[in-house]
Amino acid sequence: MAPQHKLVSFTLNGKPTQKMIDVRASLSDMLRNDYSMHSVKEGCEVGECGACTVLIDGETFNSCIYLAVWVEGKDVVTTEGLTGEDGTLSDIQQSFVDEFAVQCGYCTPGFIISAEALLRENKRYTRDELRKMMAGNLCRCTGYENIINAVEKTMEERLEAKAKG
Amino acid sequence: MSIGKSQIRVDAPDKVTGRARYTDDLCDKNALVARILHSTIAHGEVKSIDTSEAEKVPGVVKILTCFDVPHFKFGTAGHPWHLDPGHRDVEDRLLLTSRIRFYGDDVAAVIAENDVAAAQAVRAIKVEYEEFPFVLDPQEAMKDGAPQLHEDFPNNILGHTTIYRGDFDEAIKEDGLIKVEGWYESPTVQHCHIEPPISYAYMEAGKVVVVASTQIPHIVRRITAQALGLPWGSVRLVKPYIGGGFGNKQDALYEPLNAWLTTQVGGRMVKLEIPREDTFFATRVRHAIRFHITSYVRPDGSFAAREFEAFSDQGAYASHGHGIAAKGMGAFPQLYPCDNLKCDAYTVFTNKPVAGAMRGYGIPQAMFAGEAHIEDVAKALGKDPLDYRKQFLMPVGYADSFSRNVNYFDSFRQCIDKGMEQFGFREKQKEYAAQTGDIRRGVGLAVFWYNTGVWPISLESSACRIVMNQDGTVQLQMGETEIGQGADTAFAQMTAATLGIPFEHVHVISAQDTDITPFGTGAYASRQTYMGGFAVRQTAEQMKAKILKHAERMTRMPVSNLDIRDGNIVRTTDNAVQMSLGELATNVLYSMEYSEHIAAESTYQINSNAYSFGCSFAEVEVDIPMCKVKLLRLTNVHDCGTLINPALAEAQVHGGMSMAIGYGLSEKCLFDEKTGRQLNDNLLDYKLCTPVDHPDLTALFVENHEPTSAYGTKALGEPPTCSGAPAIRNAILHATGVAINEAPITPHVLFEEFSQAGLLEKTAKSVPAMAGADR
Ligand code: FES
Ligand code: FES
Repeated sequence: MAPQHKLVSFTLNGKPTQKMIDVRASLSDMLRNDYSMHSVKEGCEVGECGACTVLIDGETFNSCIYLAVWVEGKDVVTTEGLTGEDGTLSDIQQSFVDEFAVQCGYCTPGFIISAEALLRENKRYTRDELRKMMAGNLCRCTGYENIINAVEKTMEERLEAKAKG
Repeated sequence: MSIGKSQIRVDAPDKVTGRARYTDDLCDKNALVARILHSTIAHGEVKSIDTSEAEKVPGVVKILTCFDVPHFKFGTAGHPWHLDPGHRDVEDRLLLTSRIRFYGDDVAAVIAENDVAAAQAVRAIKVEYEEFPFVLDPQEAMKDGAPQLHEDFPNNILGHTTIYRGDFDEAIKEDGLIKVEGWYESPTVQHCHIEPPISYAYMEAGKVVVVASTQIPHIVRRITAQALGLPWGSVRLVKPYIGGGFGNKQDALYEPLNAWLTTQVGGRMVKLEIPREDTFFATRVRHAIRFHITSYVRPDGSFAAREFEAFSDQGAYASHGHGIAAKGMGAFPQLYPCDNLKCDAYTVFTNKPVAGAMRGYGIPQAMFAGEAHIEDVAKALGKDPLDYRKQFLMPVGYADSFSRNVNYFDSFRQCIDKGMEQFGFREKQKEYAAQTGDIRRGVGLAVFWYNTGVWPISLESSACRIVMNQDGTVQLQMGETEIGQGADTAFAQMTAATLGIPFEHVHVISAQDTDITPFGTGAYASRQTYMGGFAVRQTAEQMKAKILKHAERMTRMPVSNLDIRDGNIVRTTDNAVQMSLGELATNVLYSMEYSEHIAAESTYQINSNAYSFGCSFAEVEVDIPMCKVKLLRLTNVHDCGTLINPALAEAQVHGGMSMAIGYGLSEKCLFDEKTGRQLNDNLLDYKLCTPVDHPDLTALFVENHEPTSAYGTKALGEPPTCSGAPAIRNAILHATGVAINEAPITPHVLFEEFSQAGLLEKTAKSVPAMAGADR
């Protein structure tokens, strides 16, 4: 079967874009191959590890099992999109650095996206709740301890900032 | 002083933004892709291969089979080359093989323009096999008449070594001895680094270039050249950031095949990514080892004699081989010394996936068995398990004649005491002493022992290069590799400390390139911080001497009165800053009289090793009717010498503890008895710990400056994985009175054990209707 292509228009990290995409391509392949979004990692390509997690219209998805053509008209955010234009790290990225939540780093962007999604809810969660909410991502290096610390820290910072108005 | 500070990881900002480049991020998007056809039988011979249908798949470039490969046998273990042929690894591999030894062996490879075509073509290849009987259990494989895997190894025994001391047979005749005996099973588990193994290869300047996710670039270069029959210098190996390895990538996996594939398509770039499923069965696993331990104990607790047998499941090829079981056995007489010993370790081929190195290298297995056994001994004697260990563990001053390691500080007892205090072990022990009911809690502990690096068995050598920029900052290059543990950061801290410059002034070149990087054997055996430390220190001192020589000429002060502090040349008599290193370096480089590009490079050969010690404390809650264990707390205590970076050390311990939890409670590769096929070759069915499977993890340290070490440090990479599982096992024993001698301790295992112990009778009686409905 010869590959078929389709024009896909969507917003990537705040910027509207469009490209002809192989209709069979996964979103993770499109983001990596056509947009060089290297933060989108692939650890299993069947929706088990969470390394490929991205935000689609504010919700987390495993981009490896999401067809690229499905993002038509949608808003996609990868870890690259959290970093400021001048390269400044976002609060959750900085927390991952400061809390030593990064080791090999392969799972890191996926975790940061999952964290960002729950942080945007601006609610306070217990550590156990945080563990549950992050359970779609696997990490073999950190034992999750410092990852949970980083998320908890940013959660408190954002709640405090909100309380101050 | 940069040592002992929790400096931020040098690679963290790039890793949280997606800027850090891993192998696939660097590969040309139009590279050809390769896929491997794995055997669908466990044992036999490929009779013929029909590729005609596969060739027709659009996009297929070339199909290569086991009948096409060069006949250079090679070994895959990531060990330094040995000049003595008797000490080399077993060379039993070909790039592809017609002689099938496990379900998943490598039969053919397809090179195609894209992944879809490659996958389609692999499915379209027809293979005709002659099937042989197969064997999956090491003790079965040792029997006469069992299916034979390799001609040179009768009864499938790859290795058998012993430690015999004193007179065992005489010693057990002593009156009044108590005999404690047990069989202990440890599982086959997989590393599950989140980045699957991947490489790409192409030809350039007459060389084969391989970019690979490996822990051991210099070793993989050598093995690749051997497998292809090329001069070693004709292969260049590049290692960018890697997404974890844990020992799996301490083997040459598919890099040699990948290198050969590019040579078969005119040097075009070929990418070979191993899918997650294949990673489970077609790369490496941890050796499952079955132990049989018998202790003859006097009523006072002392050992009259001890016997140890280990049967290690090697799988189909030698890889790291007998080293794992031998290391596990080595720990046995050292931990609880005894004069009369009989120890035998066997490593046996079976028709299963190949076992190689995995974090802990035989010690997690040996500690699960050994520390379960010690608990049983203490119980049989009616002694407190913690006091019993403290009384009979390796005494302070103990020296091992082979490794020449010395227990200088009584680290074991210091670690146990610290852990006991902070964990509240005694309080919990009392609190949980007399429980009945369905839900019970318990606490347990276990210790571990570990060496640092591979001397005196193998070479320990490390090289370092430091190059100064005009601004006084330096580039640091090591042959040792960053694989996530934080090696780059630790080396930068050492360099800064010895050279007298700020941490931020050290630029680490993280990627290894065997054409450029100084030699180092790589990330394994928890060696790098210790071994690399010698090379960094020596090179930084040489660099410093060069700088001070220039400073002497420029300031007309004697070298003895000069020092480098915080990036400045300082006169030590009055601490006056003479100039910055930047001024010095610029002046020296562009001088019309004495121009020099200030750099230093040196190799340090290390002829020492160091004991690393520690223990784990676990608290569990057991739901007896549900046969479920909930881990409530886990604390590890380590003496790994001086901490170079405390926060990084702590993080390293968390990761190892996590792996130990999986080892103790959930992880196990399952095999189909009828076919030899792995049943759970994916991350859904293989139960890796997720964030919810962990309690908060506590890492504690006892810091005794290691006297043999350049910076006072010693092994930490693997030790955290070693004692968690037996501590959990012992906590379950404390909670329920049931000794479980098989890991992982899953509900399946507990159901059997609790049934036998009579704990489930009440539950079983209450569901007679269900039992009846079954019939
Ligand atoms: S790569 Fe998408 S979940 Fe693993
Ligand atoms: S940091 Fe390595 S997998 Fe999470």
